[in-house]
Amino acid sequence: MLFKLTFILYVLALTNYAVFFVSQNKKMRKVARMVLLAAGVVHCVTIGGRYLLAGHTPLTTHHDTVSFFAWSMTWAFLSFRWRYQVKNFGTFVTVVIMALMVVAGLSSTEIQQLPPALRSNWLPIHAAIAIMANGFLAMGFCSGVMYLLQERELKQKRFGLFYPRLPSLEALDSLNQHCLTIGFPLLTLGIITGSIWAKQAWGAYWQWDPKETWSLITWFLYAALLHQRFAIGWRGRRSAIMAIVGFGAVLFTLWGVTYLLPGVHSYVG
Amino acid sequence: MSADSFFVLGVNHKTAPVAVREQLSFSADPEAPFRSLKEIAGCEEFCFLSTCNRVEVVFVASGGQQAVRDIRRFLFASATVTDQEAEEYTYLHQGAEAITHLFRVAASLDSMVVGEPQILGQLKDAYRMAADRQCTGVMINRMLHKAFSVAKRIRTETNIGSSAVSISYAAVELARKIFGDLTNKKVLLVGAGEMAELAAEHLVNQGVSEVIVANRTLERAVKLARRFNGSAVGLNEIHSQLEIADIMVSSTGATGLILHKDEVKPIMKKRRSRPIFMIDIAVPRDLDPGLNDLDSVYLYDVDDLSHVVESNKAERDQEANKAERIVVEETLKLLQWVEDMQLTPTITALRQKADVIVKGELGKTMANIELSKKERKSVEKMAGAIVNKMLHDPLVFLKESSSPEGRQRKLDHVRKMFKLDS
Repeated sequence: MLFKLTFILYVLALTNYAVFFVSQNKKMRKVARMVLLAAGVVHCVTIGGRYLLAGHTPLTTHHDTVSFFAWSMTWAFLSFRWRYQVKNFGTFVTVVIMALMVVAGLSSTEIQQLPPALRSNWLPIHAAIAIMANGFLAMGFCSGVMYLLQERELKQKRFGLFYPRLPSLEALDSLNQHCLTIGFPLLTLGIITGSIWAKQAWGAYWQWDPKETWSLITWFLYAALLHQRFAIGWRGRRSAIMAIVGFGAVLFTLWGVTYLLPGVHSYVG
Repeated sequence: MSADSFFVLGVNHKTAPVAVREQLSFSADPEAPFRSLKEIAGCEEFCFLSTCNRVEVVFVASGGQQAVRDIRRFLFASATVTDQEAEEYTYLHQGAEAITHLFRVAASLDSMVVGEPQILGQLKDAYRMAADRQCTGVMINRMLHKAFSVAKRIRTETNIGSSAVSISYAAVELARKIFGDLTNKKVLLVGAGEMAELAAEHLVNQGVSEVIVANRTLERAVKLARRFNGSAVGLNEIHSQLEIADIMVSSTGATGLILHKDEVKPIMKKRRSRPIFMIDIAVPRDLDPGLNDLDSVYLYDVDDLSHVVESNKAERDQEANKAERIVVEETLKLLQWVEDMQLTPTITALRQKADVIVKGELGKTMANIELSKKERKSVEKMAGAIVNKMLHDPLVFLKESSSPEGRQRKLDHVRKMFKLDS
């Protein structure tokens, strides 16, 4: 029930943001922001409810993982909003949140019993950090998409829907950088905590199962991006594309690995 | 003289692409157009206007088509287009339409950036040049002076100039879309012309912190740089300056490209791919169009800027409508004046004819009779009064306002009736 309420609030937030995007009516944006905040709060309650229901941190089923992903994106966005404002960023972010919520809504909400090997305090730490990293990286993806859209109109000199609505390239580029400078350390921490937990649960820090391998690939992609940005000065278009590719790797690690490449993580969503 | 002998023939940003316009550059020898136009038979008065967006000749030709053809050939003398293409690229206005066009140009209603004030100054300069060289006459003098006052009236009665100021305004808007905040950005001006100066002024108003001026003659560069507390460099230093500049405004009078894609490629590496906004307001163009394909380089030429302008045109349209009404009103007034001009010779001729008759008849009569000086005066006075009274009604009839065709018919009748054209 709570999930449905959260879902509806997200739909409302997205609708408001979409209307705001087209009309650019400032009142609409305020409403959209309030609705999203409400959705975020109700989402917290939803996750709390799942915790009580499962008896452990609800991050082991596909439904819970994706729902938490959406939650962390919402709060990542709202925390950014509190720091500084990027024109129309909310519209893009809520689209991704909505997509995640749809996926979460479609997957089974059945509670799975946790195997004894996984009963550890590392579960909430590792899974929460890893998924929160995904939240920030997803925002980096949004800023990358916005950058490419705006850049395209500026380069082709045809000004359509996006030119007047999106912020300047420089603002989008630094937004991208902010998302990654928070997302990347979280991703690193997620991998390290996972490795510690693996040692505890299975006796080895690293066993090259597909999930681990793909996390590492993702990590290297983002590491390369950040290195290039700070060392060679990759910015703008290239880092926007890299942020999108990197997020593709994130999604593959999340879903592709689970469904295509079974391994020790496979019972986790 | 009738309004139909008044023409405007030209090329502007709406009728011809920059690739064609840049072939019609007249900057090499400022005297050449006046020499050539003076030689065209049938071109009685003219004024020659050449800006980066338009080249046009305002002229009076009673003969009509032959002069039009010759002037079109003169415009395209340096271009590689056929006569037929030339005709497609040009616009020709005659009579009332020509007057309206001239007013619209002066009031900046026909500009790429509607409402930009530069065009009026350019038109005034063009008129002064033509007048100094004795190329203008009663018609052109009157038309241009009227155009200036119409432009002034539109500027005071509408808000046409308030939103868009010029091409440089459009450039600033784009710069803000690329860089966001313009504070602490550096602008490099290549060429120290008026356009560059205007662009720099706008950018500095938006917070641009540093202005670097590169010019062929260093003296002019230093002068302009001083205005903005900037620095001046020679043209050969552009490459090293491009490593630090964020915005480049190029407006040299060079006949070819001054910056190629291959030269900028290594510079972008040194810039660590920081974006650079290149604005090419020169015609012919200064910057290689291929530059836009480089990553983080945003190149806009004058035509591109016009598209930006289009995008916020709607809000200005309303003011423009007001301005168009003023133009229509003033065109009618001027046509009235032209018609009055036609009237004047007829009235003069009529009076002259009457005077000749009075003098002739008085002479005959006075030769035959003896009169005192006083009596003589009275008779002369009476003869004059009879003629004046006789002419009064026909003159009132002529001056009465009516449609242009009606007036022409009246003139014809009166001239025939009094046999003024013999």
